[in-house]
Amino acid sequence: MKIHEYQAKELFQKYGVPTPRGKAAFAVDEAKAIAKELGTLPVVVKAQIHAGGRGKGGGVKIAKTEAEVEQHADQILGMTLVTHQTGPEGRLVKKLLVEEGLPIEKELYLSLLPDRDTASIVIMASEAGGMDIEEVAEKTPEKIIKVFVNPLLGLQGYQARQLAYGLNMEPEVVKAFIPMINKLYKLTVEYDCSLVEINPLVILSDKRVIALDAKVTFDDNAMFRHKDIQAYRDLDEEDPFEVEASKYNINYIKLPDGNIGNMVNGAGLAMATMDVIQLAGGKPANFLDVGGGASAEQVENGFRIILSDSAVKGVLINIFGGILRCDILAQGVVQAAKKVDVKVPIIIRMEGTNVDQGRKILEESGLKITVASDLADAAQKVAAVAKA
Amino acid sequence: MSIWVDNNTKLVVQGITGREGQFHTLQCKAYGTNVVAGVTPGKAGQNVEGIPVFNTLAEAVKETGANASMVFVPPPFCADAILESIDAEIPLIVAITEGIPVMDMMRVKNHLMGSRSRLIGPNCPGIITPGQAKIGIMPGPIHKPGPVGIVSRSGTLTYEAVHQIMRFGVGQSTCVGIGGDPVNGTNFIDCLAAFQNDPETKAIIMVGEIGGSAEEEAADFIKQNVNKPVVGFVAGATAPPGRRMGHAGAIISGSSGTAQGKMAAMKAAGITVVENLGMLGEVAQEAFKGAI
Repeated sequence: MKIHEYQAKELFQKYGVPTPRGKAAFAVDEAKAIAKELGTLPVVVKAQIHAGGRGKGGGVKIAKTEAEVEQHADQILGMTLVTHQTGPEGRLVKKLLVEEGLPIEKELYLSLLPDRDTASIVIMASEAGGMDIEEVAEKTPEKIIKVFVNPLLGLQGYQARQLAYGLNMEPEVVKAFIPMINKLYKLTVEYDCSLVEINPLVILSDKRVIALDAKVTFDDNAMFRHKDIQAYRDLDEEDPFEVEASKYNINYIKLPDGNIGNMVNGAGLAMATMDVIQLAGGKPANFLDVGGGASAEQVENGFRIILSDSAVKGVLINIFGGILRCDILAQGVVQAAKKVDVKVPIIIRMEGTNVDQGRKILEESGLKITVASDLADAAQKVAAVAKA
Repeated sequence: MSIWVDNNTKLVVQGITGREGQFHTLQCKAYGTNVVAGVTPGKAGQNVEGIPVFNTLAEAVKETGANASMVFVPPPFCADAILESIDAEIPLIVAITEGIPVMDMMRVKNHLMGSRSRLIGPNCPGIITPGQAKIGIMPGPIHKPGPVGIVSRSGTLTYEAVHQIMRFGVGQSTCVGIGGDPVNGTNFIDCLAAFQNDPETKAIIMVGEIGGSAEEEAADFIKQNVNKPVVGFVAGATAPPGRRMGHAGAIISGSSGTAQGKMAAMKAAGITVVENLGMLGEVAQEAFKGAI
């Protein structure tokens, strides 16, 4: 789960990690009031959306006067911000963060995240702050310091020092950094973060160390023990179809520019089915995993969600019946097709438990459903639909 | 022969009285698995169709001599259940549960290293040695005994791989689903090494998906250590970066973890890579010629 920068900074403050003074604003007047309350100029006006690259897209502006605060806030609020992470359709800005401007001496990069290969928490730091870290990692990997923390032991003193000295910090700065990294580690573990990223982490001219930016994402699987974080969820930032699908426990992801919808049981098979569609000359419109024990209701809702995408020219259903029996699935599809009023061709490929009964139900339903004999046959039938 | 599971397996089920746990325990038993015990705290003395239930795993092992466990405990308590199995020195732990927090699994994994246990999963279909025993949720009847070892990160995709070779009448030695989570127990390399050492396994199918670098490492291992023919598949060539595709582990971050990169690494290691899942059976048939 993703949260906004201002929410991440609230969490930082809770742990005593220094951030610039500032507040979230939902209207221009509010932004002006916050700037006044801060009592300092310049202030920074930052668009709050769940995507990076906001600065380049024009979503972060420095206001040197009170008039500029109003001007920038007015311009950014309500704008459709396009960044390399939003896709070409961009994201409507509904919230701002207004913060004090600070005298920056040096920009650093810092992140903490679980490392799947070593089953440890990796802390990455670099003097190449403020830049795209993927690019730094690719071109100059020697500029990134990595420390692997065993979760059973926790962050050790020498590891924190390794980071501080690796970043060429002056003694005064080291003193500020060590407690800060310990607090960030604590936050990462206690809140099941899948990423805590500060880019840039800044050293000020008075040698304070401050999180100028903050990006925090959480492990969806751990949300059951973080009720407070659930309150941070912002439905404005999520795809409405995906929100709808999540209500029925359907795992749905809309894909851009697709024309063939698909419904599959199991995540791996769903991905493989998307690939089959692409190889057949179609373009998958979505990822949809109905899970191992899908009910007729889930199938129906999955159908409805796929078909509400007007770009979909056809639907491929690929089910390997194990625990989910093919006859049950077929009944669900027939019910759903009758209720939803399907206008596009539907191709079904089923295999596994009770497949013959399932096929019979589909054939006798009177619906315009094409039953594919196997996956290769399904691909050919998809190709015909995609070309039509 | 086979790997890790056979006629000598004595299974204890953690979370046996839950809806899923009970259903799949009975399915395993019906397939022929020797299910000797179940564990649900507070329900000692009860039984599930004749299978005795204990409060603790240690007790179940002491009373029944169980040598494998299957875990159906819900995510908030699942790490605890796996740790209980590790501490009881169960040689084979199969965790089916989906949705365990990564932080929990990282602790489990660190505790697992140096223990006497092997963990398969979590978030996996389990393991089956056709004709002998199954520990997991896969449909038994789609399998039959034979020469091909299958290892996969995904459930239904494993069934698909089985089905594809069964179209040509080819059976399996053992099929292992290692699970779709970012941090898991047994990995591809563990399975590949076991298949290489198993005389009954003549050929191997490896089914991967996007995310992480396990497929690349496995390819490297195959190049150095495996002389049996291997057919590989990677799901998710069309998956967009930065989106979690169902499985917690199936996510492309930056330029790492892509299907294209994995397939290239597999090809470079001499693995026959299938790009279209619908052709897996045909391609395997051809690649395994002379070996099976």
